[in-house]
Amino acid sequence: MSISVKNVCKSFNRKQVLDNVTVEAPTGSLLALLGPSGSGKTTLLRIIAGLETADSGTVHYQDDNVTEYTARERNVGFVFQHYALFRHMTVFENVAFGLRVRKWAEERIRERVFELLHLVRLEELAFRYPSTLSGGQKQRIALIRALAAQPRLLLLDEPFGALDAKVRMELRHWLRKFHDEFHVTSIFVTHDQEEAFEVSDRIVVMNKGRIEQDGTPGEVFEHPANAFVMDFLGNVNIFPVRVEDGRALLGHMAMPLPHVPSNGTDSAQVYVRPHELDINLTREGDEGIEARIVHINPAGSMVKIRLFNDQFGLMVNVDLNPERYTALGLKTGDHVFISPKKARMFSDDYAI
Amino acid sequence: MNEAEPKPVKAPAPFRPPHLQDPAWVRWTLSLLALSILVVLVVIPVISVFYMAFSRGAQVYFDNLFNDPDTTHAVMLTLTVAPCAVILNVIFGVAAAWTISRFRFPGRTLLITMIDIPFSISPVVAGLMFVLLFGLGGFFGPWLRANGIQILFSTPGLILATTFVTLPFVARELIPVMEAIGPDEEMAALSLGAGGWQIFWRITLPNIRWGLLYGVILCNARAMGEFGAVYVVSGHIAGQTNTMPLHIEQLFQGFNSPGAFAVASVLTLLAVVTLLLKVVVEQKARHTIKTAAIEKK
Repeated sequence: MSISVKNVCKSFNRKQVLDNVTVEAPTGSLLALLGPSGSGKTTLLRIIAGLETADSGTVHYQDDNVTEYTARERNVGFVFQHYALFRHMTVFENVAFGLRVRKWAEERIRERVFELLHLVRLEELAFRYPSTLSGGQKQRIALIRALAAQPRLLLLDEPFGALDAKVRMELRHWLRKFHDEFHVTSIFVTHDQEEAFEVSDRIVVMNKGRIEQDGTPGEVFEHPANAFVMDFLGNVNIFPVRVEDGRALLGHMAMPLPHVPSNGTDSAQVYVRPHELDINLTREGDEGIEARIVHINPAGSMVKIRLFNDQFGLMVNVDLNPERYTALGLKTGDHVFISPKKARMFSDDYAI
Repeated sequence: MNEAEPKPVKAPAPFRPPHLQDPAWVRWTLSLLALSILVVLVVIPVISVFYMAFSRGAQVYFDNLFNDPDTTHAVMLTLTVAPCAVILNVIFGVAAAWTISRFRFPGRTLLITMIDIPFSISPVVAGLMFVLLFGLGGFFGPWLRANGIQILFSTPGLILATTFVTLPFVARELIPVMEAIGPDEEMAALSLGAGGWQIFWRITLPNIRWGLLYGVILCNARAMGEFGAVYVVSGHIAGQTNTMPLHIEQLFQGFNSPGAFAVASVLTLLAVVTLLLKVVVEQKARHTIKTAAIEKK
């Protein structure tokens, strides 16, 4: 079932939380609402679930206009950030809650609950209370509780936010696998860009109640729509440049930009990701700016090098692949030359 | 699949090295002082109530309790008024706690303050207030009389006055409990398709049960012992509008000390039972708040 949210606005105490937001989630997709805290993503999720009402705008499930429906009528599974398991009920009763409310027969309830517990391999916990479970276990119980009554849609609010790094990673993969098996249209909220890229097949980037960009992970990462998205999706180096004769210059070095938008001023900012920079031991022509290596972090698939440029007072992060790093034989304190292979500039240079 | 949850580590008991301890005479003097005040003001009076009640033997004691129709009536009246006041308080307390802990609205702080008014008003004034409201010269008086409804000098008046005086007990116990638990579980139940009443009976009530019970115990103890407000509205007619505390006073004024102390011993016994229940339930109620706080980190 596809979801479409059209022109939704919402304010709390005259503070606008959602400003004319429109989002589409195609049938069977796993969509991430990604944004910093306070961007309105959780409010949007709650409006989709019917736990919050929009001031204006509509929510459609497929062709159903559900804007006026209560949460109860929408039949949506919702996983809360802090699990919100019923503390006075056993795991079994927690999962069975939605079915009891719908007056399922006892026999069917039992079958369904154990089927779901089997799915997450936690049958042995059926008669334990939530306070005796670990974070990861609680998360999985919360998930199958949301799925028990076969909802048309699964919504997850920061599903892995409260877990430690290792369990989080494991559950991310599990959620992706799970989604691939069951194809319930799902929307999840996260502030962690890595999580969004790893799990989702569509990403909606939000900021201050507005949608900054909407697309597949590839599109969003490769072609960020503006400076906010560029900066929010991972590390980025920002170079202050002069704009002269249609070129963006840092010192004497021209940035590799096919087209330099002119916005009336002669100064602008150019965005370069760490892996889009290269390091050379010598300067060739005007290419490269001089910098001193401050720190090298060789752990990980890329070697992360931090450099300082005295001329502009710039701290620059460069990711090199290990082969290149070894070939150059870099050491802390070395003076080298940095040159960008690729760069971006945004015409509407607004503050982040 | 099994992530081990770290066991909470207990902090070592606070230990005071000898050079930081107060001198022995200070410790002993303070302890003795506190203890002797307690003995003089609490222990001796409580024992003397039972001593006086049994001063003419067990036979007279039980005669005083069970064979005096006015006493029996007073006990029955208290057993009617107190539960009614408790029920009204439970309804009001749960509604008020729900409103205050789940919604932010203008006048919320005012409501919290208003709940405490009965604690700060002298019960006698509270009683007078009802006389002014329902008495013949009062606001509702003429209308009530015209319709043949009797509030003052009868059970409804006693219930009203008692409810007013005990109003804060349940609400004040529940507000912190409901604040600590938070609305998450109720939201979850809503998203799972439960209706308002289902959420209340299956989620909210079980979660607040210990806090509620604690409030009920305190409320009941106060309701049974209430004197001032009830004194004003009852007109203290023996065998009709005398509750236990009023009856004790009347017996005492009528120079029937053994009778007065016999009834007083029943109230005292009730207080002891309340105290014991309170200790158990209070711990459970505090536990609810503590675990809720831990869950939220």
